[in-house]
Amino acid sequence: MVQITSPQFKENAARAIGDAGLQKALGKAKGAFLQRRGDAVARLPEFEQLRDIGRDIKNHTLANLDFYLETYAANVEAAGGTVHWCSTAEEARAAVLEICRKAGAKTVTKGKSMISEELGINDHLEAHGIEPVETDLGEYIIQLRREHPSHIIAPAFHLNREDWENSFREMHTDLPKDRVFSERRDILTEARTKLRDRFLAADVGITGANFLIAESGSSVIVTNEGNGDLTQTLPRVHIALASIEKMVPTLNDACALLRLLARSATGQDFSVYTTFSTGGRRPGDLDGPEEYHVVLIDNGRSNMFGTEFQEMLRCIRCAACMNHCPVYGITGGHAYGWVYPGPMGSVLTPTLIGVDKAGHLPNASTFCGRCESVCPVKIPLPKMMRHWREQEFERHLSPVAVRRNLGLWAYVAQRPALYRMATKLAVGALGMMAQGKGAFRSLPLAGGWTQGRDLPVPEGGTFMERYAKTKRGA
Amino acid sequence: MSKEAILNAIRRGLKRGPLPADQRAMLEARLLARPRHLIPARSRVPRPDQIKLFIANVEKEFGSVTRVADADDIPGAVAEYLSQQNLAPRFVMAPHPELQALPWSDRAMLEFETRRAEASDLVSVQHGYAGIAETGTLMLPSDPARPTTLNLLAETEIVVLRASRITGPYEDAWDMLRAERQDPISGGFMPRNVMLVTGPSRSADIEQTLELGAHGPRRLHVILVDDDPAALPG
Repeated sequence: MVQITSPQFKENAARAIGDAGLQKALGKAKGAFLQRRGDAVARLPEFEQLRDIGRDIKNHTLANLDFYLETYAANVEAAGGTVHWCSTAEEARAAVLEICRKAGAKTVTKGKSMISEELGINDHLEAHGIEPVETDLGEYIIQLRREHPSHIIAPAFHLNREDWENSFREMHTDLPKDRVFSERRDILTEARTKLRDRFLAADVGITGANFLIAESGSSVIVTNEGNGDLTQTLPRVHIALASIEKMVPTLNDACALLRLLARSATGQDFSVYTTFSTGGRRPGDLDGPEEYHVVLIDNGRSNMFGTEFQEMLRCIRCAACMNHCPVYGITGGHAYGWVYPGPMGSVLTPTLIGVDKAGHLPNASTFCGRCESVCPVKIPLPKMMRHWREQEFERHLSPVAVRRNLGLWAYVAQRPALYRMATKLAVGALGMMAQGKGAFRSLPLAGGWTQGRDLPVPEGGTFMERYAKTKRGA
Repeated sequence: MSKEAILNAIRRGLKRGPLPADQRAMLEARLLARPRHLIPARSRVPRPDQIKLFIANVEKEFGSVTRVADADDIPGAVAEYLSQQNLAPRFVMAPHPELQALPWSDRAMLEFETRRAEASDLVSVQHGYAGIAETGTLMLPSDPARPTTLNLLAETEIVVLRASRITGPYEDAWDMLRAERQDPISGGFMPRNVMLVTGPSRSADIEQTLELGAHGPRRLHVILVDDDPAALPG
């Protein structure tokens, strides 16, 4: 299970910034995502309109989610599948274990699933003598290294090629020690060969779900490698793990969202495999699982309805927000200290594990707004982070120094005459201290702030003075 | 029970009880009407251009296409592709009547079995249900004549597709499936599995750099049969 280290975000971030290997990996990777998304969006002139449509479909679904969940479950069952409703992570873990036990499972293959990380499925299965095998290439190496994903669609975002080579040499001990990985493809081929046998031997396959479709009772996975499809096709039992907000009403609704997903995520027009699963094997079918189970998970989501965080349930987990986030770009995902990093994690994590533990995350934002500007379903992420900051303040969770200074600022800000006088004094003092220079490299009492940037010297008076002057001129 | 707990928590948050009958009826009508949303202009073009767009998109996604004038040319196209790729003339084929009816005996060196795929199969020949021009995507639904493993286990997958089965957007392909199929279990139209496949398998997990040939096929080849006079290049 992911150990929660969100309360230590500041220490985590400081360590991440000093980690040369991580900085190398982040530096290489982040430009690629931005470029590819930008190109894909440029190729589809209707992209902006589709964002509004995506937002509206999700809003409609959430406003009627009770109806759609019931319709969906009835249709899964009509197609011969089983739905397991689970309020908590504990219930979901128990449901998965029971299905695996009934199937007599020794090994379980897994497609990439963030809800599985949230629930801690792997540790739970291991503790009960069932071996989980991650089959997504990035998840596979993370499992070999006993780490956790640092990105929601690229789990090994934090690793460099040499990390892959070293881990494969260390763990694949049956292969010659001196083998050469001359290209990235050689690493891929070795993983493909290793995992083939695991796919064939598995008794149960567990995948996540990008969407659930009420109209047909289908779960959808979106992948590039084909590992998710092998996972859900070869074993006798398929379990799809899905949280309740994955729901959409119809296939046509899913089509609209699928036009947004791959473009926002990897910058592809469409992912290689978009696969719809509905029930188990039909009479006459030559392959496919005999049993199909959906573990439908709430785990805190229903509490978000009717709160200022309801819109977060629109999220389709594309990762565009973290790919475009200057904070994620420098700290990487592990610093966030739980399953979901970046701006979406900064909003979601406090709702799922508590603002007392994750209060630092909504503060780890420059409010630059890029996350909201690229979100395919237009979630107002900065506004929600501000809501968390307010709650943190109201619940007296922020440090004494922060509270005292905010209190002082509020006192001054609410008294216009005092505020104007104070800013005038400050502008004048800073102007004198500058002695003709354009910017301060350091300032007394603000060493922390100026360590990473310069403060431009104010020129031309305060805002109010300049405003008054312009008004006279007009 | 967890089901009731979840539904009630959602309703509490939405500040309402279970939906009244008239609102349920509205939502049920929406499910039946399944409104279409914006369809991008790129695929709303004349038939010959839709086919061209499909081919261009398959190739952009690292697949390949051979266009043949007649179904009888398919065995020759398969033989030629395998020889070009230096592959042995051996494959596993979908037990689909249209494929089984082809004049395979014209190409006596081709060896094949009709069944699901096994891990040892190097080449598979699948029957394509539909093609989607918008992104060069194949629609491959599962049924007894189209096993899913053919799309996954072989290193090379060849898909035979008729040009008349190419649609512009995804929505049109779903409508085809809706109109043509009835499921023996649910009575609806959805088969157990529908794969939308766009190019061969790949991964960018190593340093976010794209490599082809992850767990699925390394090569995806489409043999397109020109059975649609309206789709021929003018």
